Amino acid sequence: MSTSAKAHAETVSGTLTEPEKSRVSAIFDVEAIRREFPVLHQKVHGKPLIYFDNAATSQKPKVVVDAIVNYYHQDNSNIHRGVHQLSERATEAYEKVRGQIQHFLNAASPNEIVFVRGTTEAINLVAQTYGRQHVGEGDEVVISALEHHSNIVPWQMLCDEKRATLRVVPMNDRGELLLEEYEKLLGPKTKFVALAHLANALGTINPVREMIRMAHKHNIPVLLDGAQAAPRLKVDVQDLDCDFYAISSHKLYGPTGIGVLYGKAKLLESMTPYQGGGDMIASVTFEKTLYNRIPYKFEAGTPDIAGVIGFGAAIEYVQQLGLDKIERHERNLLEYATKKLESIPGVHVVGTAKEKAGVLSFVMDGIHPHDIGTILDHEGIAIRTGHHCAQPVMQRLGIPATARASFGLYNTRAEVDALAAGVQKVKEVLG
Amino acid sequence: MSDLRDLYQEVILEHSKAPRNYREMQSANHKAEGYNPLCGDHFTVFLDIEEGAIRDISFQGSGCAISKASASMMTQSLKGKSTAEADELFAKFHALVTSGSGKQEEMGKLAVFAGVSEFPVRVKCATLAWHTLRAALQGKQDAISTE
Repeated sequence: MSTSAKAHAETVSGTLTEPEKSRVSAIFDVEAIRREFPVLHQKVHGKPLIYFDNAATSQKPKVVVDAIVNYYHQDNSNIHRGVHQLSERATEAYEKVRGQIQHFLNAASPNEIVFVRGTTEAINLVAQTYGRQHVGEGDEVVISALEHHSNIVPWQMLCDEKRATLRVVPMNDRGELLLEEYEKLLGPKTKFVALAHLANALGTINPVREMIRMAHKHNIPVLLDGAQAAPRLKVDVQDLDCDFYAISSHKLYGPTGIGVLYGKAKLLESMTPYQGGGDMIASVTFEKTLYNRIPYKFEAGTPDIAGVIGFGAAIEYVQQLGLDKIERHERNLLEYATKKLESIPGVHVVGTAKEKAGVLSFVMDGIHPHDIGTILDHEGIAIRTGHHCAQPVMQRLGIPATARASFGLYNTRAEVDALAAGVQKVKEVLG
Repeated sequence: MSDLRDLYQEVILEHSKAPRNYREMQSANHKAEGYNPLCGDHFTVFLDIEEGAIRDISFQGSGCAISKASASMMTQSLKGKSTAEADELFAKFHALVTSGSGKQEEMGKLAVFAGVSEFPVRVKCATLAWHTLRAALQGKQDAISTE
């Protein structure tokens, strides 16, 4: 390990202004970071695991797993209802994370942070509450050609129910949205806009700030699917001025099954509840129920308390490392990997937008992505192959599938070298 | 440890690069479409059946090396067979790729797919054309899916 440790250790010059309390300050010490992730230290098919499937889900640092274990060992209790000590501790820990996420997204108030199961549930919540209240027959909902199925299907379901129309912002061959076409789609019939901040299949960073401004000129609210952006870019919901922002913990180094819907308070207040049950009420009689205030109105039933606490540990971990440094590290890896793969004859990068992050989709002449995935797996390299839950993106580009390497904060240039060697191996085996 | 060469046998690679009976059949009296929604594989199988015998069989579509070679070799082994024999071979092939079991000597060239059983996620690739064939034989109109 000691020789490779040197090879792995990378220095990424970051902003030196903020003295970090963490072990990582100016130096982005990848080898030290890797020690925090037990899952990375194993062999797959006899080769060291190289995990390049971070856009599907990220691995979890020890602090996250420990936070969950400690919660169950010491504080496990239901929240918002007990007068006893354990319930107080659980409630305090749970609500502390709401505050952390408020700061992480720079929301104006913790009341704007609603805990949900993940990005998918966040989008469904908005479609089923705000959407059903405001979208009617003949109205239009605008999404983009780059969306994940989770930001297509909930709107399709809404439009089917309301006899509204789903309109799609087209993209060019590089995977960039056409803003002039987007502008044409916005009009009096448009009742909602839902866009990916960072596209999962191609890695395009959409010009969402500009797109939100354009929608707001017509008083149309905008939801951003932040599942891929939140782990990779600094997100400031007030600066973006988005109306809703959806994120998943598990892509952000936290546990699965938990996520957040950010919504502007005045919008959340105007919305009907999503699900009925305990915790979301102020009072219940058989004649009438008064709903709790936001955000609790949207958190029916006992939530994933341990998941929230694990998510809080993940956010703290990421913030200590610094999102600006993570962003720079992953950008370096993406640029390096793009150059490496493009230099191999017969390999073509799919998605060549000017603004990209974290995701490298590619295809190989005469070789199906599924076969690429199997052979790379035998080299210990985990990538995703297929349509990445974005079938319309594949249809638009006229390809059935891609191979996708997606980077995380623990990936190294040496691993990218191994990927390039693995791709050569694919050519040897199938070429 | 499963060996890549067990999966990507020469015969399989050769068929995936130059699939046999890869064409649309205008005179088909049975046909069906099959999808694997997880990886985007998509095939159409065409059949010309007369008095319970497969007079001609062909396929078209896109997929990985395993699914394409499987479709190609399926068409080779079924031409001239009865539909009852096709059903029988389907059952044997399915057992072969899911558990590696069955009498490989009865499988002829199809025995090269025994290695697929070591790669559980690839079983769907190997069986897609066969499931599509079954749908075509049963006269199903809707596209079938591996999911």
